[in-house]
Amino acid sequence: MIKLTNVSKEYPKRGFALRDVSFHVKKGEFAFITGHSGSGKSTTMRLIHMADQPTDGEVRVTGYSSDKVTERDLWKVRRRVGIVFQDFRLLPGRTALENVAFVLEVTGTTPRSILPRAQKLLTQVGLAPKAGSLVHELSGGEQQRVAIARALANDPYLLLADEPTGNLDDRATRGVMDLFWDINATGMAVLMATHDLELVRRYPNARVFELDQGRLVYDSATG
Amino acid sequence: MYALREAINAFRRAPVLTGLSSAMVGLALFVVGLFGLAAYNLQLTLSAIEERVEIAVHLRDDARQSEIELAQSELAEIPEVRLVSYISKREALERARAELPDFSDLFNDLEVNPLPQSLEIELQPGDRSPESLEKISAAAMAYPFVEDALYGREWVDKLFTLRRIGAATTLALGSAFALVAALIIGTALRIAIFARREEIYVMRLVGAKKSFIRGPFLLEGAIAGLLGGLFAWGLTWGSYRSVYALLFEIAWIPPSWIFGGLVAGVLFGAAASALAIRRHLKEI
Repeated sequence: MIKLTNVSKEYPKRGFALRDVSFHVKKGEFAFITGHSGSGKSTTMRLIHMADQPTDGEVRVTGYSSDKVTERDLWKVRRRVGIVFQDFRLLPGRTALENVAFVLEVTGTTPRSILPRAQKLLTQVGLAPKAGSLVHELSGGEQQRVAIARALANDPYLLLADEPTGNLDDRATRGVMDLFWDINATGMAVLMATHDLELVRRYPNARVFELDQGRLVYDSATG
Repeated sequence: MYALREAINAFRRAPVLTGLSSAMVGLALFVVGLFGLAAYNLQLTLSAIEERVEIAVHLRDDARQSEIELAQSELAEIPEVRLVSYISKREALERARAELPDFSDLFNDLEVNPLPQSLEIELQPGDRSPESLEKISAAAMAYPFVEDALYGREWVDKLFTLRRIGAATTLALGSAFALVAALIIGTALRIAIFARREEIYVMRLVGAKKSFIRGPFLLEGAIAGLLGGLFAWGLTWGSYRSVYALLFEIAWIPPSWIFGGLVAGVLFGAAASALAIRRHLKEI
């Protein structure tokens, strides 16, 4: 599903963000990437989402290799990999339903099936009653649910979540985490970056990778 | 279909912003339109003056009619020549009487007609250059019965210098105005697209194809360009009517220029959008 092989990433001004990182996330797995701020979590997520290229090594995601993927193929990768962020990145001035429908529309879903499918996705994340609410009227937890529904719109193989609970209170965090586990139960791999070790400890069944100063220092599968 | 619907939705969602960008495009094209109006009228005026450029070939009184007719037909065969007319001494005098009524007494008192018979040579439009005039005058002067071939060399030289200055100024100013208009249109649409960068980001994020993302923006740019062009057309027409009614008589620019302006607005709009969106497409 995801395979990083000796991946390094160096930025011209910041220096190395990742050094020689290798790991493998299998189909249907739930994994956390943890580490302090600046440890390389977000860089790893960007590389897996192919928003950036590694300086060295190879990133393989759902069959696409960072060595071979071209600008023209990126959209194919993006449809296989859903992503959510700490700051939700929803379109302001639109309703929850419109935010989800927008994705379906721009990825070529037939017009007739857009609204039923968007409704279904909002139901899946427990937000059907708020479908008509403008996103700024929703709480942080609800906005993150809209973002998750949007990430699921393309039926991805993998869900990436970059600090998705960073802006949420404890109750909303629990709700969002439950939702991630529900999604994972359908067979979709989930990879979540978080600095919150307390949160990670609550889920002993999950795989854990720990990064420190750009190096992989712990993999729960290998100890 | 999606592109058209999204382009229309964009106008609906942010009518002030898209209205303002269309207005900016319109004002930029209006400056070009005003310049076009001035340039077209200057061109018409110069062409009207140029129409009057002709060569008067004065013939000796003893020239035989057969010789004159031969010269007339030979001169008419020169490619730059449109028409060669024979003016007899009597016709010359009648014309002088008609054109100079203040001197009618003087013309009536004449015992002998002092005006020469002549050939008047009109040139083809576009061939009224000093070089053509010189060449045809020399050809006329080659006939032994020709006394003189006159076309007001100094006046023609000045006219053509003025025309060259006019053409150079039109080209330079026209290019400058077009460039300024292009920059303004580019900036206006850049602002409009910048306001929607989140949308572009999300589209890239979820795997929309680049062509799919570009479509509505290109169409939106083209529509803004078209609306701006129509707005500029209206403003230029208003200016034309005002000048016509309040200052002096001028001509309205030809339909082909208006069509060209609208097409330019559409193309500028689409091209400016394409350039502006490139940057945002690279962001993720």
